[in-house]
Amino acid sequence: MTEIKAEDRTPLIELADIYKIYQMGDESVYANNGITLTIYKGEFVAIVGRSGSGKSTLMNIIGALDVPTFGSYFLGGEDVSDMTDDELAGIRNKMIGFIFQQYNLLPKLNLMENVELPLLYAGVPSGERRERSLASLERVGLKEKWKNMPSQLSGGQQQRVSIARALAGDPSLILADEPTGALDSKTSREVLNFLKQLNEEGNTIVMITHDSSIALEAKRVVKIYDGKIDFDGDVSEYAAIL
Amino acid sequence: MLQSFKLAIKSIQSNKMRSFLTMLGIIIGVASVIILVSLVNGYMSTVVENFASMGVNQMTVRLTNLSSRSVGVEEMYRFYEEHTDLFAQMTPNVSLNATIKKGNDTLSSTSIGGYSEEYLDIKGYELEAGRNIQYGDILSRNKVCVIGCYGAQELFGSGEKALGETIKLNGYAFKIVGVVEQQDEDGPEEGGTDDFLWIPYSVAVKMARSADINSYIFATADVNDTDACKTLLEEFLYEVYKDEDLYRVMANSEMLDSLNEQIAMMSAMLGGIAGISLLVAGVGVMNIMLVSVTERVREIGIRKSLGARRRAIMQQFVIEAAVTSSIGGIIGILLGAAVTSVAGGLIGIKATPTPAAVLISFSVSVCIGLIFGYMPADRAAKLNPIDALRSD
Repeated sequence: MTEIKAEDRTPLIELADIYKIYQMGDESVYANNGITLTIYKGEFVAIVGRSGSGKSTLMNIIGALDVPTFGSYFLGGEDVSDMTDDELAGIRNKMIGFIFQQYNLLPKLNLMENVELPLLYAGVPSGERRERSLASLERVGLKEKWKNMPSQLSGGQQQRVSIARALAGDPSLILADEPTGALDSKTSREVLNFLKQLNEEGNTIVMITHDSSIALEAKRVVKIYDGKIDFDGDVSEYAAIL
Repeated sequence: MLQSFKLAIKSIQSNKMRSFLTMLGIIIGVASVIILVSLVNGYMSTVVENFASMGVNQMTVRLTNLSSRSVGVEEMYRFYEEHTDLFAQMTPNVSLNATIKKGNDTLSSTSIGGYSEEYLDIKGYELEAGRNIQYGDILSRNKVCVIGCYGAQELFGSGEKALGETIKLNGYAFKIVGVVEQQDEDGPEEGGTDDFLWIPYSVAVKMARSADINSYIFATADVNDTDACKTLLEEFLYEVYKDEDLYRVMANSEMLDSLNEQIAMMSAMLGGIAGISLLVAGVGVMNIMLVSVTERVREIGIRKSLGARRRAIMQQFVIEAAVTSSIGGIIGILLGAAVTSVAGGLIGIKATPTPAAVLISFSVSVCIGLIFGYMPADRAAKLNPIDALRSD
């Protein structure tokens, strides 16, 4: 495998000295304690860490769900670190496709309506919305079931719908938060293979997990410990230190 | 926007029981506003109608004659004849307490009065048979009478048969010279509008054993002149009496005015009371919407994570509240209209929901949805997506 030189690649995520401090009574809790991290377009990065390590806080910041207390965050060249609520919503809508552990599908909408939600908030007209959401469902092999409700599907299928939803808006970044956490090993494998395939098609993927064996499916691994980066390197190096 | 409407309807459908309970408050509120206001209006317009048929161009003069200062019939007539440009008719008004007898039959409910020949025109009645009281009858104090159709039918079977017959009033025999057409649409009734007997006022005064007449009825030529006519009468009377307590001029139109005022006040008051129930309904809408927000925190989190801005979330909830209360409002209007016409029929008045009541109560219910939906919607819109996603 030929390694592309760092300076030739376009950075997608640039985190510089990120701090996230929570006030718990009199105590200040440093959930992120000076994280600097750059992720380039086309990468498949796993962020690992135990619960309480600060990886979820980091995910929230990367996912533009939250802003850091200190530090700067550029996503696709845009400074996200001190955006307002609505600006963050716009960034999430345009640039990020979320895949959640609990799928987070809306139970009262059918598959197509679920998948078209990001397009709805992007203001895409209804005809195009329908077309694109069906195309997205086709990519995960669930086009025929578009009329079904999420509750009529298995867990693995629901996770595929949530992947279809993440893809529908054609985002620059796919952010997967414990995507296999609620699945059995067989369907976990399917989902991971699908993520790999998406990465091969050129999508940038950041996957948050507590499970080192899942992290091994990525190309690059970032380990968070006590709010700091403990390890950052190629997956083979990570495998070596396990 | 359209999407928000679809979402709202979907959400109402998927929570039928809860939506219905929310609407119930609005339905009852709107319906009660409409029912109360419409019934009051219907009842009052019936009253006004009855009142207007008594003649809004008429005024009654009552006098307290003293031995030193008095106005007699001749003076009254002189005044009337000087102002025939303003007054159309005038009659002295002498009411008599008497029982009508014909053989062994008696009528005790009949209102008996002595009037001039112009009283028929003042009342605007037509004769069914015979003739009216004439000036000559008054001059020569003829014991003749004009009878309402109730008396004619009760005593003689019909108006035709009554004509020329004789009845007795306190022992005096009176010849029936005229019968008045039936006035009451529902048929002649005892003590009703058709139960009367008129005799010449000169005869009535004698029978009442009073020296002079203390009540007159004037009718103006033009309804709009009633105020001027009233002033004129009062000036004339003041000249004589020099004391406002000794005479009184009452125009029917004044009573109508004050009646109308009372109606407006009454419907405003009842409408206000019903309006309070609408307010309570609004608080109900707010409660349910707050519950709805709490129940759907996760949904809101998902929507926000997918890029929904505050406005989009806000819109979703405000529109849901507004749609809920508008549907409640429409049902309330229909219910109110139905109950109004049924209840109106039961108490025998013509009550239809007034457009104003419908319009106001509907717009109030929509506004309630918007206003009371705003607070919960604002809360939903401001939820932090992270916390919202984490909730179960």
